[in-house]
Amino acid sequence: MKNEAVKIFQKKKSTILENWMNNQLQDDGLREDLMSNEDLRLQSEELLSSLVDSLTDANIESSGSGDFDTIRDILASISISRAKQGYSPRETGLFVIGLKDALLKTLGTEIKDPETLYKQSMMVNKVMDNFAMHTFETFIKGREEVILRQTDEIADISTPVIRVWDGILALPIIGTLDSSRTQIVMENLLQEIVDSGSSIAILDISGVPAVDSLVAQHLIKTVAATRLMGAECIISGIRPEIAQTVVHLGIDLSQIITKASLASALKTAFNIMQLEVNKKQKLKA
Amino acid sequence: MTTTETKIILNKDILRITKDSDVVPYRNRVKEYAVKIGMSLVNQTKLITGASELVRNMLKYGGGGEARIEVITQGRNTGIRLVFTDQGPGIPDIKRAMTDGFSTGKSMGLGLPGTKRLMNEFDIQSEPGVGTTVTVVKWKNG
Repeated sequence: MKNEAVKIFQKKKSTILENWMNNQLQDDGLREDLMSNEDLRLQSEELLSSLVDSLTDANIESSGSGDFDTIRDILASISISRAKQGYSPRETGLFVIGLKDALLKTLGTEIKDPETLYKQSMMVNKVMDNFAMHTFETFIKGREEVILRQTDEIADISTPVIRVWDGILALPIIGTLDSSRTQIVMENLLQEIVDSGSSIAILDISGVPAVDSLVAQHLIKTVAATRLMGAECIISGIRPEIAQTVVHLGIDLSQIITKASLASALKTAFNIMQLEVNKKQKLKA
Repeated sequence: MTTTETKIILNKDILRITKDSDVVPYRNRVKEYAVKIGMSLVNQTKLITGASELVRNMLKYGGGGEARIEVITQGRNTGIRLVFTDQGPGIPDIKRAMTDGFSTGKSMGLGLPGTKRLMNEFDIQSEPGVGTTVTVVKWKNG
């Protein structure tokens, strides 16, 4: 038996595209800000063409067939690009489900026999649901890629080494200091000490929410490594509540120069370097 | 304050701790509860730091487990109780584990004794091969 649906789709391709475009354009969720209507039409046309081309009598009943690989690739690239552009899952889902609506509508007008219509609709439903599922999966993958990239970016931007003075480096630490963060901090700091020939490094922990024994251990290791490089390390930004907690925990930081604020750490650094900051004398006329 | 008065649980929250990345969300959750009952900043920091120590211990030595946060009252006092339960190897010698500077894991050995100093109440139950349960209480004005 020749499959009716496949024949109809091939014949009515342009009608289906029109229906589908109308579905999409009428939807409240249409994002003209993210994609122009022309681009949307091109995207839709590409997907529909490859769907109609690859649908055959044999494979319409097995949606897992390898014949659909091209469609899956197109769907994947569409949903990943949409995830990155900031589409919501609902909008991306509607894109594929809108196509299903258009396909079923065409079937409804073309097939008169109820039993055949039911059978053909079920088949189309199955194939399209499978594609919709695939779209969701790749959409989520796309989002996850965004999250991973952001994680990397945060790790990069959150450990800047600043040259506050000739020979003085400052390193503000914001967020939780875990093992991997410490590794990045230490690497950046030590490298910068070599590159700039600095002799004093200030670690500012104002932005660290809690100092437990693990964080303290990481700090002590960083200070020890800095000293091995021949530089002195000052820890600043110790808030009153942190100081109390550290004392109760029993952590010994007495071997390290610690200061309450970055300003006083800088002052100490100037002292060590025997620098003096003076108010400018007014020139006498 | 009499210790014979029973503690009433007002609010309860249970989190599963299985990986390193669970530590920070758990700590934030503890902080939320501490802020909600109006705990002072110093006590908040002590509670969060203690919670951080215990949750890290549970991950490192107990292989992860269950961390409970409870808002409790006793008489006119309000506070937070944290219960950590794991099914790890257990602690063979609790007395030694509670000694400053003793560690089987190359750390500072301050986690358990330090946390005891940070909290108002501290209880540890452990059976080798069965698991460990640590219960701590920090009062709002403790």
